[in-house]
Amino acid sequence: MIEFINFYLVPGFAIGSVYALGAVGISMIFGILRFAHFAHGDLMTVGVYGVFAATVVFPVNPFLLVPVGMALAIFAALFVDKVFYQPLRKLPTIYTVISSFGVALIFRSLIQIIGGSENRVFGSGIRPPLILFDTFRLSSLHVQAVTTTAVIAVVLHIFLSKSMTGRSMRAVADDPELAQISGLDTEKVVRWTWIIGAALAAIAGVFAGLDTSAHPNLGWNLLLPMFAAAILGGIGKPMGAMAGGFIIGLAEELSSYHWIGESALISPSYKTAVAFVIMIALLIFKPQGLFKGRLL
Amino acid sequence: MSVLLEVKDLTAGYGGPAVIEGISFDVFTNEIAVILGPNGAGKSTVIKTIFSLTNVLGGSVQLDGKTITDQKTSKLVTMGVSAVPQSHNVFPNLTVDENLDIGTYAAPPVDKMATREIILGLFPDLRDKLKQPSGELSGGQRQMVAIGRALMCEPTLLLLDEPTAGLSPAYLERIFDLLLDVRKTGVTILMVEQNARQALQIADHGHVFVNGKNFISGTGQELLADENVRNSFLGGAAS
Repeated sequence: MIEFINFYLVPGFAIGSVYALGAVGISMIFGILRFAHFAHGDLMTVGVYGVFAATVVFPVNPFLLVPVGMALAIFAALFVDKVFYQPLRKLPTIYTVISSFGVALIFRSLIQIIGGSENRVFGSGIRPPLILFDTFRLSSLHVQAVTTTAVIAVVLHIFLSKSMTGRSMRAVADDPELAQISGLDTEKVVRWTWIIGAALAAIAGVFAGLDTSAHPNLGWNLLLPMFAAAILGGIGKPMGAMAGGFIIGLAEELSSYHWIGESALISPSYKTAVAFVIMIALLIFKPQGLFKGRLL
Repeated sequence: MSVLLEVKDLTAGYGGPAVIEGISFDVFTNEIAVILGPNGAGKSTVIKTIFSLTNVLGGSVQLDGKTITDQKTSKLVTMGVSAVPQSHNVFPNLTVDENLDIGTYAAPPVDKMATREIILGLFPDLRDKLKQPSGELSGGQRQMVAIGRALMCEPTLLLLDEPTAGLSPAYLERIFDLLLDVRKTGVTILMVEQNARQALQIADHGHVFVNGKNFISGTGQELLADENVRNSFLGGAAS
């Protein structure tokens, strides 16, 4: 039981946090801008490399430099929206989707050119776990990831339900034409969508990079489970995407637990396949996701 | 009575050929004006053109003497024009209260709570439904939310595109009664309506369009008495 909690359940929540933070942006962008943003994973990588670059200049705890990564990801998101996505806004969304593939490649190539293609780790040495009641061994990073995600979920919920900008974002996601008729500034809503999506992607990227290492494919490799999380939660439902992230993270980790016999139910090498299977099954049987989101 | 909205030789469409051609009419301050006509007459296009949602090919629209033909929709809201489309006129995943609140963002009223109270006084059915998502309401209640949202910014001119479309006869009567109450608050109403007889009964003026052009205009009573209008749009018999 202790092994299950220490090595499967807690890591499931931790990777779920990364998926949740990334999936929120994917879900919001799909809900408001109506396209699947395939460069979102690479936006995470931009964020984590921003933090990494800042640690070179200011050798302090990387968590203190997360705002640098967030700022870089936000700048990158607003820039690509202005240059690559905005001119395509009135065309069928497939143009923007293909454009986002191109942007993903640009981000990855730039990161490789500037930061190199090797793995990069934050700090060195072994990070000892927190030991509770002699048996629970919790990685402090996992605790930080889950706690941060929970706090962000609460703040985001309050922002979306109480603030003028948050309600405008939900209104545009609901019906962009009626939002325009109501006089809402839809471009301001789009800007906020990128700001929130990119900031959360950067935070997710930092947690993923700290947990293992940072490399140019970090975000791209996480894209599929993040999409699965966004679909599971219901497209256009940020809180659903959060829940979806945790469910996908847990499903991946728990799938490799030895539920029957001594060996893992599914080899850890195939963990990502679990997210893929969930995503395909949802698209076939429950395309609106668990929280009745927009149909793809 | 002074003219609030002056539409002069208006020609417009959606990127292809013109849907309305050379339309002209006036809307007087604090009146209810109704636009009538058969399907394809361009009634909704007139409303959309006034609200800058089409391509204007010629003519002009003036609000209180100022040309608004080239203004953005969001700017028109700040100038006191508010609109309710025929369908998809509420945000279904937002609560009734949030829908009303959205109406204040572009042009905040002087006292938001007081305006909200006036609107809930006009539409008391909504008071118990404030926390309910608008998508769960009946058609008539949704129409109330939509009109309430449009009134939250205290407009001088309210544009309505078929406010009774798809409603039961009971709700239809209520919506017309409510529009009379809305007019009493000082709002001028210009609406497109398919229920021609009932609409003319509450209208100060009516404008009939056919094939995107002016056909006849007059007071509500004049149009109700006009033989051409009766035969073509009111089913023939006098009321």
